[in-house]
Amino acid sequence: MAVNAATLDPTVIDPAAVPAAATRHHLVFLRNTKAMTGLVLLAVFTVLAVIGSWISPYDPSALSAATMSPPSAQHWLGTTNLGQDILSQILVGTRGVMIVGLAAGIIATALAVIIGVTAGFIGGVGDELLSALSNIFLVIPALPLIIIIAGQLPSSGELTVAFVISITGWAWGSRILRAQTLSLRRRDFVEAARANGESLWRIVIFEILPNLTAIIASSFVGTVTFAILSEITLAFIGVTSISNWNWGTILFWAQSNQALARGAWWWFVPAGMCIALLGMALSLINFGIDEFVNPRLRNTGQNARTMRRRGIRARIGFTPVARSAQPADPAQPAGRGRKDEA
Amino acid sequence: MIFLARRIGFYLVTAWAAVTLNFFIPRMMPGNPVDALINRYQGQMSSDAIASLNVLFGMDDKTSTFQQYLHYWSLLFHGDLGLSFAFFPTPVAAIITQSLPWTIGLVGLSTVLSFIIGTLIGTAIGWRRGTWADSILPITTFFSAVPYFWLGLLAIMLFGVVWQVLPASGGYDGGLVPTFSGEFIGSVLQHGLLPAATIVISSVAGWILGMRNMMVTVSSEDYVTVAQAKGLSERRVMFGYAARNAILPQVSGFALSLGFIVSGTLVMEMVFSYPGVGYVLYQAVTAKDYPLMQGVFLIITLSVLVANMLADLIYALLDPRTRQEG
Repeated sequence: MAVNAATLDPTVIDPAAVPAAATRHHLVFLRNTKAMTGLVLLAVFTVLAVIGSWISPYDPSALSAATMSPPSAQHWLGTTNLGQDILSQILVGTRGVMIVGLAAGIIATALAVIIGVTAGFIGGVGDELLSALSNIFLVIPALPLIIIIAGQLPSSGELTVAFVISITGWAWGSRILRAQTLSLRRRDFVEAARANGESLWRIVIFEILPNLTAIIASSFVGTVTFAILSEITLAFIGVTSISNWNWGTILFWAQSNQALARGAWWWFVPAGMCIALLGMALSLINFGIDEFVNPRLRNTGQNARTMRRRGIRARIGFTPVARSAQPADPAQPAGRGRKDEA
Repeated sequence: MIFLARRIGFYLVTAWAAVTLNFFIPRMMPGNPVDALINRYQGQMSSDAIASLNVLFGMDDKTSTFQQYLHYWSLLFHGDLGLSFAFFPTPVAAIITQSLPWTIGLVGLSTVLSFIIGTLIGTAIGWRRGTWADSILPITTFFSAVPYFWLGLLAIMLFGVVWQVLPASGGYDGGLVPTFSGEFIGSVLQHGLLPAATIVISSVAGWILGMRNMMVTVSSEDYVTVAQAKGLSERRVMFGYAARNAILPQVSGFALSLGFIVSGTLVMEMVFSYPGVGYVLYQAVTAKDYPLMQGVFLIITLSVLVANMLADLIYALLDPRTRQEG
């Protein structure tokens, strides 16, 4: 699921944020438990993607005599009906999942930035055309489109799949970026740069893009999630090559060999849990970015515990202010203070 | 009304784009998928069918691409989507007409249901933010992160295989003839329960989260504080003031994410062998039945466009600003 456009309140990004405040903000982002959990999980999967094929105990395609065995000391996650080790399949498959997710994320985000920022910045007819284009891609159901493209391609390697996914997955990010650029392009600092005679490229790259960093990051994370889910779904349906191991391929073999009817839960539960963990890591990072960008969400997230401790019940929307002699909670200096000033 | 006219114009353009994509995709692909398939059915195909396939797939070298494009449109307007290979010689249009009602029943109902349930839960959680209700959020994160079809697999495993309480595949009992008898409808409901519940559970998380975040944002607005200060009942403030405004992005989000959701639920039909369009698409993919794949893509896209148009109508009803512009 992509980021929710509504949570990215354009007014809360302070374009005039001084560098000192910016560093403090990065610390706020890292102090966010959600974001940290997500980053740690993501790091684990990235490491697995790199070393997976070295640490896997067996060759994922090698057959053995131990067929359909439940998890045991020899096969931690059990074996398939052909005696293949499922743990090895998952470890080796991590790389394919991560490569496609990352590649599709990069291509789609690049497309989104180019189209979205251009549309927002130039305005007029060009904007109308470009946003109509991204709306069209947003409305057309992506998966059937990916299926008919990938299904007709003679070869569907990992990068081809990533490319096809990114062609269909850029529109959401482009839409959000366009909205944000629209709100930025008439701000004083952009006007000042324009009055100084800065070139168009300089304005876009040095004035506009830095203010879009958070949104670009969150749209990248959202696209990676979308790409991973699409890729796994494609492999599960059997559209893409079933000889490359990834988590979807494991589920494909499990489904086509009646793992469900035979009660072989170890065949499809671990792969699904991996997808869920990776997807969760990415959403947690995105929540972190959302809360970083939108102080209202951040406050509710960080304040919940503190407020309960102080016996304040959050009812209606005003930002609760504790009028007591207690020193300000060191855990949230930046967010609160800045909100009140604004 | 300008709002609606603009939207309808946009959907017409999108429909045109989808048809055009459908026309050009097979032409841009390397190789000739049709020849291989015609060879497979050597002698069984009428020359009419081959001619229509050639038009659909652009293998007709005698005419220019533009003429083919016009011919393609005229075939579409006559409802001719070519012949299916997997169910040879049934026309693609016939297969789709047969399966579409199942999909609209299952996917349509469960998507709307999930939207309503999710929005209500989101309202409640957003209103009581900072309490125990926030602990529901991590759970919804988990559900939004797993692919729909995997939850479907789990559901089949638990309810269909281990406990054997619900049928895990098909749209109705195989022994029954589809009629409007009570027995048949009961069987349909029984078969639809598991896929529908799975779709609702896996798609509800996004709505909860979106509504919750909008509630948090909206309830900081002055008019909510004023309503509270006037002494209106909490219920009235929550639904009449906060939720009423928070729901607008939800409805426009519904229109935009319909494509994502429908994609996910199509795979659900594949898992449950539900006799809808998604399962047909699965069979088409397995059999490399290109005409059927393309037909299904077209129909799914057009259905999503119609659903989007409905969502826009509802949006225009909910938000008076869209009506004032005209």
